[in-house]
Amino acid sequence: MTTNAPRHIISLLMENEAGALSRVAGLFSARGYNIESLTVAATEDPTLSRMTIVTSGSEAVIEQIIKQLNKLIDVVKVLDLNDGKFIERELMLVKVKATGAFREEMKRMCDIFRGRIIDVADGSFTIELTGSGTKLDAFIESLDKAAILETVRTGASGIGRGDRILKV
Amino acid sequence: MADTPKNSSSKPLSSKPITGAEILIRCLHEENVEFVFGYPGGAVLHIYDAIYHQDKFKHILVRHEQAALHAADAYSRSTGKVGVALVTSGPGATNAITGIATAYMDSIPMVIISGQVPTYAIGEDAFQECDTVGITRPCVKHNFLVKDVKDIAATMKKAFYVAASGRPGPVLVDIPKDITADLCKFEYPESVSLRSYNPVTKGHLGQIKKALKLLAEAKRPMVYSGGGVVLGDASAHLIKLIQSMGIPITSTLMGLGGFPASDEKFLGMLGMHGTYEANMAMQECDVLLAVGARFDDRVIGNTKHFLSNPRTIIHIDIDPSSISKRVKIDVPIVGDVKSVLADMNELIETEKASNQFVQNTNALAAWFKQINAWRSKKCLDFAQSDEFIKPQYVIQKLHEVTKGEAFVTSDVGQHQMWAAQYYKFNDPRRWINSGGLGTMGVGLPYAMGVQFAHPNAQVACVTGEGSIQMNIQELSTCAQYHLPIKVIMLNNRYLGMVRQWQEFFYENRYSESYMDSLPDFVKLAEAYGHVGMQITKPSDVEGALKEAFDMKSRFVFLDFITDQKENVFPMIQNGKGLSEMILASDIGAEDL
Ligand SMILES: Cc1ncc(C[n+]2csc(CCOP(=O)(O)OP(=O)(O)O)c2C)c(N)n1
Ligand SMILES: [Mg+2]
Repeated sequence: MTTNAPRHIISLLMENEAGALSRVAGLFSARGYNIESLTVAATEDPTLSRMTIVTSGSEAVIEQIIKQLNKLIDVVKVLDLNDGKFIERELMLVKVKATGAFREEMKRMCDIFRGRIIDVADGSFTIELTGSGTKLDAFIESLDKAAILETVRTGASGIGRGDRILKV
Repeated sequence: MADTPKNSSSKPLSSKPITGAEILIRCLHEENVEFVFGYPGGAVLHIYDAIYHQDKFKHILVRHEQAALHAADAYSRSTGKVGVALVTSGPGATNAITGIATAYMDSIPMVIISGQVPTYAIGEDAFQECDTVGITRPCVKHNFLVKDVKDIAATMKKAFYVAASGRPGPVLVDIPKDITADLCKFEYPESVSLRSYNPVTKGHLGQIKKALKLLAEAKRPMVYSGGGVVLGDASAHLIKLIQSMGIPITSTLMGLGGFPASDEKFLGMLGMHGTYEANMAMQECDVLLAVGARFDDRVIGNTKHFLSNPRTIIHIDIDPSSISKRVKIDVPIVGDVKSVLADMNELIETEKASNQFVQNTNALAAWFKQINAWRSKKCLDFAQSDEFIKPQYVIQKLHEVTKGEAFVTSDVGQHQMWAAQYYKFNDPRRWINSGGLGTMGVGLPYAMGVQFAHPNAQVACVTGEGSIQMNIQELSTCAQYHLPIKVIMLNNRYLGMVRQWQEFFYENRYSESYMDSLPDFVKLAEAYGHVGMQITKPSDVEGALKEAFDMKSRFVFLDFITDQKENVFPMIQNGKGLSEMILASDIGAEDL
């Protein structure tokens, strides 16, 4: 979903229980909030899940999102990463055409963007690329559309810089 | 009526394993549950067998699961205790949804137990399987699927705790049938703590001080109280605050009774069908204190219009997400309304003792003068008739005959608004209706829940001929349990509220709002063994009400044939602002 409203990355810790993900997803759809991406996995403490949600909205909407998330009984902690300094990374796998002239071109582009070719076949490469969402977008932009066979993106993960820690 | 269960003092332990169903029953005993409203079915048969073997709580057999939910909900609304309902899997659970959503919208604490197909059959489209946890998720405060008999006791403890604490709400516990047959020792946890759930109760003292200063210095202060005051049992504290500050107060539909309607400082209900003085004062005040209310669309009308008058807003609420949701709040105070109001009162006393509490008394006098000018519009006056029974008149007489002391439940429609406007509630938890979801059909089951909780009280169900038919089957339940409810049906042969909107917005095209083929309600009541009365003349209204309430042990169904074309005034049309009301006096009722 694309909107002009500012993008926010919300990070949260919740009880690692069946249905926890659907509570969050349901909240966003029921209240009409945007979700650009949502990633979830267990943390080093297996009773907790870490979720990163990329959303967008006015300040008032983001404030409501944070409050509504906090209201979910399973949610332990919520943080709007945009409230401070943070790092954002996303992983993308791109399968591209690698025939004839494309073969050299793809290798070059991959190097420029500091990606890695992780699979090579007769007619294609698979490139792995990590970075901020904008960097991944830029990579896609710079490729010849006709060369892109498939893209897979994980959605963003984020973490606070320095001492900014979200932990129970 | 069941005896009140005794509180066991020692830590309950069963030395030998018992079934999951028995454990569930023991949990309900531990929670001092008096009534379980329910309906049996395959997935809950073990539980019903365990109920058969106990007599600490009474099970009430309704005629439709929706009614079980509403009755448990009203039991809670009228007592403050957690309501309990029990339904079977599949259709039992889906029938319960309307009741759960109704309770959720009005923040009513309930625990709902639903049966589920056995764990090994989940996901196989088994007979009477549905994803109850999934279906109810958006309309419960929380829900659980119990997958192990060992988890039943802890889950029930959590369910009651979550339902009743913080901003209350319904909690559903879904229990597969095999779990209720499995064996386990019973041990009920003495306390619960959840790392992910710690509702704030105490308000921030700095904010409370700031709020008080703003209110004291205000030229046109106003208090707007909501359902949170009733649910939070904060009525006495609110009365004290208003008395010591001498400032005007209005209430939402859900807050009625939280402050006595007979008090001078009470301006009546506000909102879409609120009084002229309440809506005008809400619009014109310079400092507004909102207590346990949520600025919803039926209350403040058009938000832009509301905000076009500058004012400072203070908001006390237990739920942080209620604050600044629709209207930006200047002084938020998150906390239990009772605790915050108590702190405010204490602060006033301390400041008064040291002569530090200075109010803007001149401005306040001028403010009341203005309010009284608005009052003189007498916006609730209506034209009496010798020919037709005016619905407002029935409610006025109901108030007189019951001395204002009855529990009044209502359905949804014009009759609900008339009940809210003309039955002057002086006590909290007396006015029981569906404010948030606006569920037609709640009236009769609500009256049942209230009458079970208060066997000797006068309980009136104000309803319409449309709404009553949505749960009419409960006449049977009322007969079985000898509930002496009085149904006050304002029979206008229309889905009146729909007709009213069609008159205002659709040039009188009464699309599907006429109620045709109505039953003979007197005979219907009699068929269930009740007393039925039809009243057609204004001069018979009072006599009929007296006669009905004199039949202390009988269920009486009063079918008042009312003026078909009466509308509810004042009225703020959709999208209009608070001060843009239409009054009855603006429109000759006959013109419509
Ligand atoms: C379950 C449900 N369906 C539809 C509505 C919409 N609705 C609101 S008021 C109303 C008319 C109610 O008619 P009646 O009970 O006769 O009351 P009256 O307005 O005539 O007093 C309707 C259909 C509703 N609130 N609830
Ligand atoms: Mg009607």
